[in-house]
Amino acid sequence: MHETDMTKALIVTVQDWWESQPDRPHISQVHLTVGQFTCVEPMSLQFAFEVQTRGTFLDGAELVIRETPLIAFCHRCQKEYRPEVGIQYACPVCQSPMEDILSGRELKIDRLEYSTDSHSSTAQSVHPT
Amino acid sequence: MHQTFDAALGINLLHANQEGADHNRAHFDQWGITCFNVMSSPGAGKTALLEKTLAALSPEIKMAVIEGDMTTELDADRLRQYGVPVIAINTGRSCHLDAKMVAGGIHRLAHDYTPSEFDLVLVENVGNLVCPAEFEVGEHVKVALLSVTEGEDKPLKYPIMFQEADCLLITKTDLAPYVEADMEQIAANVRQMNPDVTIIPVSAKTGEGLELWFEWVRSHIRVQLFTNSTQPRQPQPAA
Repeated sequence: MHETDMTKALIVTVQDWWESQPDRPHISQVHLTVGQFTCVEPMSLQFAFEVQTRGTFLDGAELVIRETPLIAFCHRCQKEYRPEVGIQYACPVCQSPMEDILSGRELKIDRLEYSTDSHSSTAQSVHPT
Repeated sequence: MHQTFDAALGINLLHANQEGADHNRAHFDQWGITCFNVMSSPGAGKTALLEKTLAALSPEIKMAVIEGDMTTELDADRLRQYGVPVIAINTGRSCHLDAKMVAGGIHRLAHDYTPSEFDLVLVENVGNLVCPAEFEVGEHVKVALLSVTEGEDKPLKYPIMFQEADCLLITKTDLAPYVEADMEQIAANVRQMNPDVTIIPVSAKTGEGLELWFEWVRSHIRVQLFTNSTQPRQPQPAA
């Protein structure tokens, strides 16, 4: 159940951002990108997120997960293809091994949606290293 | 006035672990240590392989083991017989080692010994084909084991671990005839996603293939020492 640890990492990251905000805004949505070629099961993440955020600053926040498919690039065919996870990873046309993965390895916190009662009208954007 | 805003973060979920892993690797580099992360499902033979490795390569190579185990020190006790430092880390409910846990092991190594005297730290991960693949611990090299009794399809079902491995040991080859394991098929399945991996069939029981493995270990320590590379991923000739 490593989704528990992933969720912990997620909460810590979001908390760092939240604490850096002077008005401690109410976070309504956390948007993630989870690739199909990772060891993360979105359903388990949803469950872990719901349980682990109860009673915290993220209580009631929605976790929105965008899944990205596994897409590889075959150099011999000069073409993209979609490997079938669990069945076949080599290029279906020329059988070259899967070497370049274009999509599917993502595990990213994309953005947060938050609301504030302040009169500020400037949307903030943060880009930590 | 109630307003809704957007904050773009774009941070990897494993960002903190990755930073910890880089920190561990910097320690290893500073001390001239090569670190192997040894991973497999439970019972594939990690501890047996390490026993043979410690017995054969010590004291030629000065080694230490960081041993991940969910609750016991059974594996650590087996390895302590070989006279090398074995640092046991109980991961509790966690099914993998992460960078922070291994950092704890490194600090104990640095506290109790002179770390620059070591050539190689072998991290024996928790038996699991899924989670350890996503959590780097600061290793220079990933070693995966797959026993012949697990079936040829495992690399297809648990691709991440096998895709990232620098060396794959197909273990328990002495049992291959009894389970009709198709070694060619195992190799072909791994090469579909990892064409450069070194594949060495071994048996800790009969000793088959172990000399090739020891040679691979030696060559990967040298790569680290002579090129000062932090990512020695050059494949060696396969068996």
